[in-house]
Amino acid sequence: MKIAMRGCFKKMFFIVLGTFPAQFVFAADIVVSAAASLSNSFGDLGKAYEAKHPGDHVVMNFAASDVLLKQIEQGAPADVFASADEVTMDRAAQSKLIDPSTRRDFAANSLVLIVGNGVNAPASLHDLANTVYTHIAIGNPDSVPAGRYAKEALTSAKLWDKLQSQIVPTQNVRQALDYVARGEAQAGFVYATDAETQKEKVHIAMTVPTSTPVRYPIAVITMSAHPDLSRGFADFVISPEGQAVLKRYGFGAP
Amino acid sequence: MQSDAIVPLLLTLKVASLATIFASILGIVVGKMLGRRRSFTRDVAESLLTLPLVLPPTVLGYYLLVVLGREGFIGAWLMRTFGVSLIFTWQGAVIASAVAAFPLILRAARAAFSEVDMQLENAARSLGATESEVFFRVTLPLAWRGVLAGALLAFARAMGEFGATLMVAGSLPGRTQTLSLAIYDAVMAGDDARANTLVIISLITAVVLLIAAAQLLQRTRYSKP
Repeated sequence: MKIAMRGCFKKMFFIVLGTFPAQFVFAADIVVSAAASLSNSFGDLGKAYEAKHPGDHVVMNFAASDVLLKQIEQGAPADVFASADEVTMDRAAQSKLIDPSTRRDFAANSLVLIVGNGVNAPASLHDLANTVYTHIAIGNPDSVPAGRYAKEALTSAKLWDKLQSQIVPTQNVRQALDYVARGEAQAGFVYATDAETQKEKVHIAMTVPTSTPVRYPIAVITMSAHPDLSRGFADFVISPEGQAVLKRYGFGAP
Repeated sequence: MQSDAIVPLLLTLKVASLATIFASILGIVVGKMLGRRRSFTRDVAESLLTLPLVLPPTVLGYYLLVVLGREGFIGAWLMRTFGVSLIFTWQGAVIASAVAAFPLILRAARAAFSEVDMQLENAARSLGATESEVFFRVTLPLAWRGVLAGALLAFARAMGEFGATLMVAGSLPGRTQTLSLAIYDAVMAGDDARANTLVIISLITAVVLLIAAAQLLQRTRYSKP
């Protein structure tokens, strides 16, 4: 009995040991670092790509674009970078972190002002100064593209300084959406596609004009271990099939 | 030193101190209630109360957000009764840190109480002391060092709290942004200089506090209870 148990443990030990290297050296793992606002759509895109390319695995890593860039700078083993604005991708290009020949815009979006259930929608950005809007959730402009677009819009309306005591900076655009959906913040700035994912809980008050259009660029990372596969995934995102998935989630054509 | 680095430091010390006080009172009371005898029920209770230590801080933060938020049963009650919300406030950060630190003090206090010689407690009882007199004049003074060690761990945990605080209190500069949150924000924004300044400040603070605590423990060892 005891010996049999020992044999069993030994077997288990090797089985466990055996799974480790497999995870690291598995040839066709494509790691995609994508902006938080792409969470739902890229999850589907990854599955669609895997269905078309059996054997290949797409691993998604979602965060605010600047956070993703930071990870890539520090040598995170990512293969594809999809950012929510051109500014972040420009910074990646300047540091030679991406292959510029693979950079393309793949989607468009718009910035919207949302309010929670039962909150009166402001007629203009200036109405946000009203005390009804105790908390206004905005992605931290220092690290979140949606926050940068929102800050630009509020600064040009001369409201940024005035609203400081109401602004709640968030770690990414989806956290801003979550705070409004829970009613902790009365208003927030997110992308139209984000608002769509929580439409029972948040309402779009207005589309906020941005000085630069909201476009999403994608590129293959210079340090990628398998640039060809990575380029294949980027091509798939641009392909009519990939575009159809993005359209379903409300993204516009680039 | 930059003044914008002092604000998160003072906030961190305020939040961590208050959180430690709350966690300590609660930990001592519950530790005493659980008593020295072990039983299945008591073990289950202790395990459940230790959950905040075992759960990932983000899970803790999520539950706190759900409970303390506008639709949560404590949050809704606070709103109805006092018209206040704890979300995005430093008081919310205190609660998040206190909950995260509570198991450390509970475990330390319970262990310290069960180390106390029962004969001394019984002697006090035989001399006519009430149960609360026995606790405050015999058990607690004898267990004090263990409780203090637990409080120290709790303070350290509260000072480093990140995940739960981020979700409940947000990261509002000057209002709820503690040192750990300020460091994270600075790193994410690529402001390495600010991140380094804040890291050095938290290192110095931690070392100073640990030395002070060690001295305090040393002194209490020889003083009479």
